[in-house]
Amino acid sequence: MAAAMPLALVVLLLLGPGGPALAEPPRDSLREELVITPLPSGDVAATFQFRIRWDSELQREGDTDHYFLRYAVLPREVVCTENLTPWKKLLPCSSKAGLSVLLKADRLFHTRYHSQAVHIRPICRNARCTSISWELRQTLSVVFDAFITGQGKKDWSLFRMFSRTLTEPCPLASESRVYVDITNYSQDNETVEVNPPPTITYEDVILGTRRTYAVYDLLDTAMINNSRNLNLQLKWKKPPENEAPPVPFLHAQRYVSGYGLQKGELSTLLYNTHPYRAFPVLLLDSVPWYLRLYVHTLTITSKGKENKPSYIHYQPAQDRLQPHLLEMLIQLPANSVTKVSIQFERALLKWTEYTPDPNHGFYISPSVLSALVPSVVAAKPVDWEGSPLFNTLFPVSDGSSYFVRLYTEPLLVNLPTPDFSMPYNVICLTCTVVAVCYGSFYNLLTRTFHIEEPSTGGLAKRLANLIRRARGVPPL
Amino acid sequence: MGLLSDPVRRRALARLVLRLNAPLCVLSYVAGIAWFLALAFPPLTQRTYMSENAMGSTMVEEQFVGGDRARSFARDFAAYRRKSGALPVAWLERTMRSVGLEVYTQSFSRKLPFPDETHERYMVSGTNVYGILRAPRAASTESLVFTVPCGSDSTNSQAVGLLLALAAHFRGQIYWAKDIIFLVTEHDLLGTEAWLEAYHDVNVTGMQSSPLQGRAGAIQAAVALELSSDVVTSLDVAVEGLNGQLPNLDLLNLFQTFCQKGGLLCTLQGKLQPQDWTSLDGPLQGLQTLLLMVLQQASGRPHGPHGLFLRYRVEALTLRGINSFRQYKYDLVAVGKALEGMFRKLNHLLERLHQSFFLYLLPALSRFVSIGLYMPAAGFLLLVLGLKALELWMQLHEAGVGLEAGGGPGPSAPLPPAQGVGLASLVAPLLVSQAMGLALYILPVLGQHVATQHFPVGEAEAVVLTLLAIYVAGLALPHNTHRTTAGLHCPYQLLTGLPVGRHYGTCCCTHRASWAPAPLCCSAGTDRPSSHTLGQPVPVAGATGGTAVDSRGLAALPGGTGPGCPGALHLRCPALPTAGPGPLPLLAALLECALLEVRSACLKHSILPSSGK
Repeated sequence: MAAAMPLALVVLLLLGPGGPALAEPPRDSLREELVITPLPSGDVAATFQFRIRWDSELQREGDTDHYFLRYAVLPREVVCTENLTPWKKLLPCSSKAGLSVLLKADRLFHTRYHSQAVHIRPICRNARCTSISWELRQTLSVVFDAFITGQGKKDWSLFRMFSRTLTEPCPLASESRVYVDITNYSQDNETVEVNPPPTITYEDVILGTRRTYAVYDLLDTAMINNSRNLNLQLKWKKPPENEAPPVPFLHAQRYVSGYGLQKGELSTLLYNTHPYRAFPVLLLDSVPWYLRLYVHTLTITSKGKENKPSYIHYQPAQDRLQPHLLEMLIQLPANSVTKVSIQFERALLKWTEYTPDPNHGFYISPSVLSALVPSVVAAKPVDWEGSPLFNTLFPVSDGSSYFVRLYTEPLLVNLPTPDFSMPYNVICLTCTVVAVCYGSFYNLLTRTFHIEEPSTGGLAKRLANLIRRARGVPPL
Repeated sequence: MGLLSDPVRRRALARLVLRLNAPLCVLSYVAGIAWFLALAFPPLTQRTYMSENAMGSTMVEEQFVGGDRARSFARDFAAYRRKSGALPVAWLERTMRSVGLEVYTQSFSRKLPFPDETHERYMVSGTNVYGILRAPRAASTESLVFTVPCGSDSTNSQAVGLLLALAAHFRGQIYWAKDIIFLVTEHDLLGTEAWLEAYHDVNVTGMQSSPLQGRAGAIQAAVALELSSDVVTSLDVAVEGLNGQLPNLDLLNLFQTFCQKGGLLCTLQGKLQPQDWTSLDGPLQGLQTLLLMVLQQASGRPHGPHGLFLRYRVEALTLRGINSFRQYKYDLVAVGKALEGMFRKLNHLLERLHQSFFLYLLPALSRFVSIGLYMPAAGFLLLVLGLKALELWMQLHEAGVGLEAGGGPGPSAPLPPAQGVGLASLVAPLLVSQAMGLALYILPVLGQHVATQHFPVGEAEAVVLTLLAIYVAGLALPHNTHRTTAGLHCPYQLLTGLPVGRHYGTCCCTHRASWAPAPLCCSAGTDRPSSHTLGQPVPVAGATGGTAVDSRGLAALPGGTGPGCPGALHLRCPALPTAGPGPLPLLAALLECALLEVRSACLKHSILPSSGK
């Protein structure tokens, strides 16, 4: 997809009993892959995959305890160069040889979409799982934009994309390959041409559709020796039309509706564009406590009718301790839009709890959608070890569907924010009011009242009385 | 607080307020007006300044050069629009997609309460087209909006052309941190409102519209453009939104910065900036601009499509390209560069615009009056009401004290001798009625032009509304002409059987009605007040059939008109229609009386505009 996808840093902690504390793990079996996919819009997507496995002495004790399962999201974080450098250092060849020479920050961050990930997991070494290996898998996906990086030209080469070409495989790698998606090329209309022409092709079912890949093996000495370097080139024979890109079977959109700073509504639209198959989706929402969700307003409608979820798990928030957690299993009817909406009220934070830029808004983490999407082409179960790494990105449970996990966009919600230059004014005003009111009320309350005789008159009267007294006449 | 405990001082103050009330009121009113007029003069107007850090200090180099492209887009758009007679949706979609935007459409329809003036139709339906430029590697949480409204006539093609050319230029840049939505709406503000409601998923105005397919997070700011010529002599900026709401002053400052940077001629309310603020000319021109702005705000009408954004807490303004007969003209590149600069700086925003003023008045583009400085003027004007109320309250209080002191209540209170009606007493009512007649004759036609220009009313409506306004203003005219005729200070002196403080109803009625022209008022009723003896104070409680005046205090209204207007027959209070046995509420009664008068008057005067046509 050429559209920018939401970008979030997601940490899934899988803490087994007893942390891994191993001494000098013997590294082996590095596999590296680069998959290049020309997109219908003229953009091109490149996905790097590196997999390292090593044996460890660590024994696993039973299954994963779900008590230790943690889910955390930093929706505010945007991936940048400072995330790439430590990520590259995990690679055995760093960025000195092999596919990783292409990882140049200045090119990778001139892209339209950027996503990088680290997965680490234990792998059973045998069927009975008596000993395990550890697998570290690093993936990096970028989408180069024909408008920006390609300056409007829609032909691509490795050099144009990364300003580097491939010269040698990583010496430690047991497998080092470049795959180019030539599904359109192998068809009759021949829109894309790849140079040098591929010697091997590979066919597989990816995301429910059959794809054909040209394979370039860097360990094959003939590949490099011919020209000293490998500069793959993609040429569009017929420039792609400017038409709306095809929509996937499952996609989602999330937004905040309403206006004003008191109430609002979180709405998630789930699109099932499959013409005749309905499928269930697991929707996971984690909403911060300062949006007070009204759970009774939770409505799920598809095609104008209420859609009752088959499973709901709701864990209410606790102020300053724990966010709301809402998990639902929803059946999406075929060719429909399902709207999940829930109303909320914005809480007032304590004044020290606001971020330094409170008027920017507060981020709400994306919802996570997990679904088994029906595929167009029946996929046969494949040998996991033999197939390329990118294949395992999209695991297939059975032949008829494939697993997809989608993250919707994060949201930015404005909370009622005090004017932070105000405290000074407020203090001044309050002090004045308190001083004036308190002083006079105190005066009134503590004063004793008594009836006063009519005053003896003014100065003239007093003088007159003095004279009268002197004369011995009764005073006025 | 000494006032609370010391009756002597309180009495002294009360006396002061009572005696000096009229001068104080006049003084306060004059002070208010004078303060308001003084707002345009330099010590009260300040220079505008950029408060927002993110937009203030950063430098931006504008690189937009697509003037030719904009013109060709505009030509194509105009041609397709002429051909289809409506917004060329398909062409817009295709073009927006070809410049690399994510394009969506939204169809809407709205049943109008009145037929619109050009096409005489009730149902309006149209389509909005918008394209989203997604910021690279960002998560679509924030966006800016650039909108061009297209009405039914074929204006604004150049604005659409510039929008497309700018979109093509923006699409090639790497620096965007916020998504930019390029929105072309049909049917001017209707389309804008439909789009905004759909974007925020609310329905405020009963619009039927299709839901939006694409969104781009929270909208931070919006700029609307209206441009109907290839060259402009100046750019006019409109800030007044729905119900007089204003955008943050920083947005205007931003526009002004780029006006200065590009050497563009920028105007506010269609007026150029005064250069010289030291002499009298500059401030006087500023005052004119300021008064125009107040008038625009008072109309409550959005002064451009930006006005609808303000309700959704999106800071927005409208730029209008003006092509007049000036020598020097700017082409689309200059306008495009100013817009590019504004968008790039808005792109730098870290927070919503919140630093600067939301409530201000503008005597010029580079000068403003903050709320702290213009509120005293309003305060002085409102003080008159407070003083009047204080006077009434104190009079009541003093009267109560006086009655208690004067031998207790009773019908045997000393009556003032009934005096003969002198000719002099007729002067005031005659003057008032003549002035009223003159106003009714002249003002509606004079005010028609001003009203239709600034307020959302038709010409015929303007006349009727002006008549209404004159009558409402008439309520504030002198009430106490009876003072000379009856020799009474205030009618409550007659209502001796009532407890103090319950007379307001009758007081108001007699006061209000005494000036009203008799033929209009009295013709409506049957209850002739002349059945009461002239000059004879009649206890009001008795007049309504012996029912005691309860806390509503208004039962006296229909019949209790005798004492207020003895003497001259033409000053009779209107006999209000007594609908049922229950007493009318005060407001209803007053309104009904006023409306009766107005209605009968309107019948005569509303003929004017139609015959003029």
